[in-house]
Amino acid sequence: MKDNYLKQAWLVLLLALCFGGVLAGVEHSLKGRIDENKKADTLGQIPNLVPGAVSASFSNGVYRAVTQNGDHAGWVLLVTGQGFADKVELLLGLNADASQITGVYILDQKETPGLGNKIVEDEWRAQFAGKSTQQPLEIVKRKAEKDNEIEAVTGATISSETVKDMVNRAAADFRRQLASGGF
Amino acid sequence: MTEKGPTPLERFINGILPENPVYRQVLGMCPTLAVTNGMKAAMTMAAAVAFVLVCANILTSLIRNLLKPHLRILVFTLTIATFVTVADRIIAAYMYDMSKQLGPYIPLIIVNCIIICRCEVCASKQNVLTAATDALGQSLGFALALASIASVREILGSGSWFGIEVMPAGWPDWVVMVLPPGAFLTLGLLLGAANWIGELAARRRTTQGVA
Repeated sequence: MKDNYLKQAWLVLLLALCFGGVLAGVEHSLKGRIDENKKADTLGQIPNLVPGAVSASFSNGVYRAVTQNGDHAGWVLLVTGQGFADKVELLLGLNADASQITGVYILDQKETPGLGNKIVEDEWRAQFAGKSTQQPLEIVKRKAEKDNEIEAVTGATISSETVKDMVNRAAADFRRQLASGGF
Repeated sequence: MTEKGPTPLERFINGILPENPVYRQVLGMCPTLAVTNGMKAAMTMAAAVAFVLVCANILTSLIRNLLKPHLRILVFTLTIATFVTVADRIIAAYMYDMSKQLGPYIPLIIVNCIIICRCEVCASKQNVLTAATDALGQSLGFALALASIASVREILGSGSWFGIEVMPAGWPDWVVMVLPPGAFLTLGLLLGAANWIGELAARRRTTQGVA
């Protein structure tokens, strides 16, 4: 019985192995370039993520955003999480003492077109700016009333929750690190 | 090859207009509707589909004698998914902005039925040359169909073509044309026009035949 299965499926197995190898090769050769593109995109978004900032330097896994005359304006974190369809990558802008969110930008997503992918829209992302990081944000399916509430994207609760969870987790982690003198 | 089918050249020509994937077979509607609000996005999609279709057809044709009938769809899907991922990575590396704009539509080429249809109908039964010309014809037909819809939508909706202004300065953009309803309107009207022209041509042929 066993060799019967192999006789049937050897082509599928062989192809899967070959294709896996090809994809690994493609990823290996293009990853550097793709990462560079994302980094350029990130640096271009710094002024929108941290008000007043013009540039940023990358060290210890975070971007330190500075103003024109070199004053420290805030932080930009790269956060990755599992969305509804695939990995979501976003940039989280925080002010200098990480007490307030200054902006959110979606770097990479493959959420459902027309529903989940609305998380990239300016109007939805703008809800995050100005929120305090003292208490966790919450997603609500109505107009946001309290200070820590974010209105969900209609028809995309999971995508909305994903972004919220990523923001909450990253902000809390970063505040802890900052408080312990990590940066 | 046991049965006599169209020659490779006939298959190539068939794919462009007589069996156009969008206007005659009405396949691949998702990208046809979703990414035709501008020529740049539409042509990137057409190129990605062409790449995947040609590669998948050639590979399927090469292994056609090894295929087990009940596992063939699995093999097609595996092949298509691999080439789509390659295309997705290449676009992300060399056309980053376009990759962000198209977002999930590039991975969604995996479920574009034009490709699996050509693997099933042609590549799994024909030699490599036939499969390759068939894929090229169908890709060209798909590109032409996307170009026709995207041209109408971009020119009326944004007053531009490939991002270059083509309409007079006072042109009021028909915003609806770049939104989803514009896709349905344009596709419906063009599909109707294609059927009408096809019918006129057919009628002319029969009357000539009688006379």
